[in-house]
Formats: sequence, C-alpha cells, structure tokens
Amino acid sequence: MVEISSRVWSVWRRNWDAFLRTYRVNFIPPFVEPVLYLLALGFGLGTYIEAVDGIPYPVFIAPALVSISVMYSAFFECTYSSYVRMYYQKTFDAIIATPVSIDEVIAGEMLWGATRGMIYAALMLPVLVIFDVVAMPSSLLLIPFAFLAGLLFAAIAMCFTAITPSIDALNYPSFLFITPMFLFSGTFFPLDLLPQPVQYFALAALPLTHIVSVNRAITLAAFSPINLFSLAWIAVATLLFFLLAIRLMRRRLIV
Amino acid sequence: MLYLHDPTAYQEAERIGDIIVAQDLEKRFEDLVAVDRISFRVREGEVFGFLGPNGAGKTTTMKMIQCISPKTGGTLEVFGMDVDTHQQEIKSRLGVVPQETNLDPDFSTYQNLLVYARYFGIPKHEAERRAEELLAFMQLEEKRDVLIEKLSGGMKRRLIIARALINEPRLLILDEPTIGLDPQARHLIWEKLRNLQAKGNTLVLTTHYLDEAERLCDRLVIMDHGKILVEGAPADLIREHAGSDVVEVKRVETAVARLDELGVDYDLAGDVVQVFTDNPHEIARDLLEVCRHKAAVTVRPATLEDVFLRLTGRSLRE
Repeated sequence: MVEISSRVWSVWRRNWDAFLRTYRVNFIPPFVEPVLYLLALGFGLGTYIEAVDGIPYPVFIAPALVSISVMYSAFFECTYSSYVRMYYQKTFDAIIATPVSIDEVIAGEMLWGATRGMIYAALMLPVLVIFDVVAMPSSLLLIPFAFLAGLLFAAIAMCFTAITPSIDALNYPSFLFITPMFLFSGTFFPLDLLPQPVQYFALAALPLTHIVSVNRAITLAAFSPINLFSLAWIAVATLLFFLLAIRLMRRRLIV
Repeated sequence: MLYLHDPTAYQEAERIGDIIVAQDLEKRFEDLVAVDRISFRVREGEVFGFLGPNGAGKTTTMKMIQCISPKTGGTLEVFGMDVDTHQQEIKSRLGVVPQETNLDPDFSTYQNLLVYARYFGIPKHEAERRAEELLAFMQLEEKRDVLIEKLSGGMKRRLIIARALINEPRLLILDEPTIGLDPQARHLIWEKLRNLQAKGNTLVLTTHYLDEAERLCDRLVIMDHGKILVEGAPADLIREHAGSDVVEVKRVETAVARLDELGVDYDLAGDVVQVFTDNPHEIARDLLEVCRHKAAVTVRPATLEDVFLRLTGRSLRE
C-alpha cells in the first residue's frame, strides 16, 4: 500500500524552486524546439508533402511536437535528474530524515516531472499559435493534458531510475525506448502507413501513440470515440507505473 | 571474548527520562548481522556516544533510531514510541546530522534551511525566523546567500548541524560530526554541541575520534562486530579497563624479561611495550634501571584510545 500525504508537495516545491533559480536556461527548449522543427520539417520538408489525410503537414506535426516535448522533459527529469538527486546529491536521503516518507519523495518527484511537461506545453503553445498551426481555443486543453501525459512518462522513467545500476545505464531506455517512440508513434507520419502488426504493437506498447492521438484531436478540434480509448489506456498505465515506481524505489532505498 | 556488558541491567523497571530504549535490537542482512541484539538506554539531556571500528554497526544503529532502516529483531523505542509504527512522529522530533554531506547544492545556505523547514511543515514566517537564528548560532551569517559548493568543509558541517536544528528537536543524532575537519573547525563544533546540551538537548553521536568522545560524552558504548563491548562514563571506562597510567618502553629483551620477572601484565603494540597500571612510577623506575637508559621509558595518563585498542584489538578493519 502506498501512503501519501500533502507532504508530497514539499518535495515538488523543492524542485520548482530549483527550476525557477535557473529559469533562463530551462525556458529555452520549449521556445526554440518547435520553431526549429516547424521550420525544418513543417515548412522545409513539408513543401514536398501536400497534405496528410487532408491536413497541411505543419498542422499535422504540431501536436506531435508538443507530445514529444512533454515526453522528453518528463522522462529526462525523472531519469537523469532524479538519479542525480538520489545518487550524487543524496537529496532523497536528506529528505527522508524528515517526516517526509520515501513514498512521498518519489511521488513528489513524479508530480514534478509531470509539471515540467506541462510547463513546456504551456510555453510551446504561443509559438504554435503564432505559426497558426493549432486550432484555438480547443488547443488550450494541451496544457492540462500535458500534466497527465507528463505523469505517465515520469512514472515510466522513475521505474527505470529505480532499477538502473548506474547513470550510464539510463542510456538504454533513452535510446531503445524513447527514441523509437519519437519516430514511430504517429508523430511525423500517420500510424496506418506502418504494417498492421507494427500498428498494433505501437497502440499496445508505445505510450506516445496515445498521447499524440489525443493531442492531435485537441489541436485539430476534431474529437472521436477513439480518444476515449487512448485516455483510458493512459490513465490505467499511469496508475500502474506510478505504483510500480514507488514499489521499486522502496526496494532500492530502504535497507 | 568476554562481554562486560550486562544485559540484565536493562530488565530493571523502566527509568523515567529515557529517550531511547533498545532491547535486543538486531539488524540482519542476507549474509551478515550488522547489529547483534544490543541493548542500551539513552537518558534525556545526556551526550551518548557510539564508538567502534569501521563496520562495528554504529551507523546501522543510528539509522534504525532515525526510522529509515527497519530493524529485524528486538524492540526500539524513541520518545517512548515504537520505531516501526510511529516513524512520522519520531522523525518530526529528531534532528539528524548524517555522516555524508547531503546539503542541497541547488540552493544557498539560507535557502537550504528554508527548503528543509518545509519538509517539516514549518510555516514560512517561522522558518525564516529560525533560519536567521541558526545562521547566527552557527556563525554562518556571512555565508547566508552563498551556494553550498562555495563553503569550506567546516562550514558545510556547521550548516548541516544548523539544518538538523530547524525543527527544534529534543534529540540530535550526529554520525561523525567532525569528520575531516581541521582542529579549529572541530573545536568550534564541540563548543556548539556543548551549548546544545546546556540547553537541555539530548545528543547521540558516533565518532572515530576518541579525544572527541572523551571530551563530549557523558556516557558511551564501544561496539565491535555488531555487539556492545562496554558501556559507561569515559573516566570510569579508562579506570576500569586501562588503569590510571600507561608506562611505555621500547620493545627490548631486557625490558620484556624484567616485566615477566615482576609478573606485571603488559601489552605489545608494535615495537612498544605498554604497561597499564595504577602505580606507574615504580615500574618506570624499575625499567629505567634494567634498560640502563638504553631505551626511553615514558609515563602518560591512560586515555580512551587505550581502552578502545585493548578492547577491539589492533588489527586493521576494512
């Protein structure tokens, strides 16, 4: 059983405060990334692509850019950054000497990872609006949904952090899991171009597929029942990985 | 090995004012018993020391008191509460100075105290007041807005002690509080720890520095291989296990032969012969005569280090 109290926010707040101290560096990626991708892929490569399912190419990839940014920010926060705090800085050790429990430390870290994903989505949105590639006001939903999507990737990340033998070994999930997802989750080309079995695999095992699908519905303001399936998949997977991460971390840290 | 520690002493009726009570406390890992059924009591307001070679089980014991490492046997009560069931309540009343520096490198000295106060749920205004007070107490005011990496080793230790005091704990656990510090920094920390005791705090500390233990501790235990070998006040332990003085002479045959002849007990410590005794001058005079001033004979008061080495042996650990 997992016991979490409001103390979890003191852990979240620690990371928020540290983030704000270096906000200038932290705010660069969400502004620069969408501009680069939109220019290079959307308006560069995209001139050779008339439309994807009747949608202009920059409009097609816009929700994918948000999804990818949320994935990267949450996943890297709760792998490399959390590992540094846990192993090198001994921050977790310092915190569990207070009334905050190990469960609350890990939950706070994951909630922070989700928040970071949400911050990035919120910062990207104005850029996408300026390029006129997202529908408003429905695209405001990108922001709250980024928290849920971020929490999913943060929880998956924390599971890897809990079992990794060293910081270098975190490169395995980064390159073998995150990078393929970046390319094969309906991000830069529609999923149905892939062979049928691969499509099923993507839907079953690649979380980003569902995130992109929901975000695309949001930015096009075109919702369908399939979005409910994706939302349910995301909710269940988030809960499972969230609880698993806490279990695995307890096993690692309580000796 | 003879266990001078008497477990029956703990079966007396519970004394009032005991802040930690351990009975047959045990910590077993898969292939090793780190703490082997030890019993001890720490009284309110005293400075209680844990001494022992590396791997003796001191830090493991500290971690069980702090409720961060679950015990595998026996009972352990802190503030009269069971460590297994009252972790939050115990931790909120404890101050912990860990062996490893784990200050938060993302923040300044002052912010470290505020961020830590938040983990205890201390309101911001109150936290700021206490942080200012603690910076003054630990003489860190000038470093208020400096990042941790810019602090010296001594300043970091002082800040960790300040941080441990942010929740105004009744009990302070210090694991090697002065490790790696220069003499000036150590003396300053000793002074602060004595101040804390004078204010009525209870201090439990581990240390490798026997002069530190002798200076600070009202009572202490010496541990080895997970067990408590002896317990008592430093002066009593010295008297009991080393005598008042030590006569040291170079290990030469004539000296050893003379000591055998006199029937005096002696220890061999490398190339030195040590005699623990209450009448050092007689023995020293005798040795000077037989050695005909060829080997230096010295007399010095016995210390806790002598007790420690006699009880735990001279072989290197780890």
